Amino acid sequence: MQKFRIVNFDAVAAAVAELCGKAACDLPEDVLDRLRQMETQEISDLGRDFFVQYFENARIARNERMALCQDTGFAVFFVELGDCIRFDRGTIYDAISEGVACGYRKYFLRKSIVNDPLFDRKNTTDNTPPVIHLELVPGDKLHITLAPKGGGAENMSAIRMLKPSDGRNGVIDFALETLRNAGGNPCPPTVVGMGIGGTFEKAAFLSKKALLRKLGEPNPDPRYAELEQEILEKINATNIGPQGLGGSITSLAVHIEFFPCHIASLPVAINLNCHAARHAEVEI
Amino acid sequence: MSAKKLTTPLAESTVRSLKAGDQVLLSGVIWTGRDQAHKRLVALLDANKELPCDLHGQVIYFVGPCPAPPGRPIGSAGPTTSYRMDAYSPRILAKCGLRGMIGKGARTAPVVEAMKKYGAVYFAATGGAGALIAQCIKKCELIAFPDLGPEAIYRLTVEDFPLVVATDANGKTLYR
Repeated sequence: MQKFRIVNFDAVAAAVAELCGKAACDLPEDVLDRLRQMETQEISDLGRDFFVQYFENARIARNERMALCQDTGFAVFFVELGDCIRFDRGTIYDAISEGVACGYRKYFLRKSIVNDPLFDRKNTTDNTPPVIHLELVPGDKLHITLAPKGGGAENMSAIRMLKPSDGRNGVIDFALETLRNAGGNPCPPTVVGMGIGGTFEKAAFLSKKALLRKLGEPNPDPRYAELEQEILEKINATNIGPQGLGGSITSLAVHIEFFPCHIASLPVAINLNCHAARHAEVEI
Repeated sequence: MSAKKLTTPLAESTVRSLKAGDQVLLSGVIWTGRDQAHKRLVALLDANKELPCDLHGQVIYFVGPCPAPPGRPIGSAGPTTSYRMDAYSPRILAKCGLRGMIGKGARTAPVVEAMKKYGAVYFAATGGAGALIAQCIKKCELIAFPDLGPEAIYRLTVEDFPLVVATDANGKTLYR
């Protein structure tokens, strides 16, 4: 008979609250490393000046526990829930939601969520509800990743149902068109998450999940790795540059995730992240 | 590149002398306003009512800051994307004597035309550097629309706020 592990609801909520503070204030090392690496390739004086500001901003945020960006975002969670786990009360959804409300208050993060998208647009005042992507995995571990998502970069994201005949070039053209339309709006240099294949919503999900990969780590499939590199080079040849004010570094990396798809389809989703590519994780 | 030091309020002649690409350190009083505040300001103009702040010679900063932690005037406070204010900015430029806007990302043609006509400049602040920018903000007072929370209008006192003239009063812009 399967043995269950009982997880404490309050412990999950408390861990999530801490995750909110950490994600908002601590720029992950992989992002800092990549920024340092790309700074050396920036040819514009103004562009390099922005990199200096990004490093200084990260230092202040970490030392003073002040959010890297005032847009502390929609709290987007990727959760791997072991199938042997049971909660002492409530659900994983409730525990995460309670943690978000507590963490955004405790760490003085901005509450950016409105209750109704079209009519009321009234602030929920505690940054709930979060968006939770739950995956059931074998075992007794609970792994929670938080990727707060600001509106500026999210608004410049795009999805298109390409034809299979559009192929590799169609994917590249769509990526370049999306980045050109975005210009300086998503706070470049951006991280470009791409989801290729699956269905309409699966592609969108993959494009967001692609942003979680260690920054600059290529796709394990060499064909996709090559495509990532080619798209990155073409984006960085646009001269959009840091903050959209000109320069050679418009994006820090292109990450592609792919999935099998229908014989009639080639869905491609592009989710952008700003240079403050925030994420934090915890295992319970 | 050496930055020009400017203090608000800004004279029209000062604003017209700025060129796209100039780096500026801005000091003095500036006013916050983003989506909802702009909507309400324009509604007040439409109704011929008085605005909660006199914007002559002033600068609006498109920002919705984080709450102030204890002992600080403000939390993280970087720019929000400006194009969402494009529906409102021409009206405010025409009616209020506004001399500058601070945000991030390109503006549309009607905004740039109004900037040329009435003498105003668009500054880019560094997006995603809210903790750094907060260090330049010395004072933050709530002026109007408290129900809007981070979207309310605040009067900020800033010192050496680092900006770039992204679009000047001749319509020249760094955005492509």
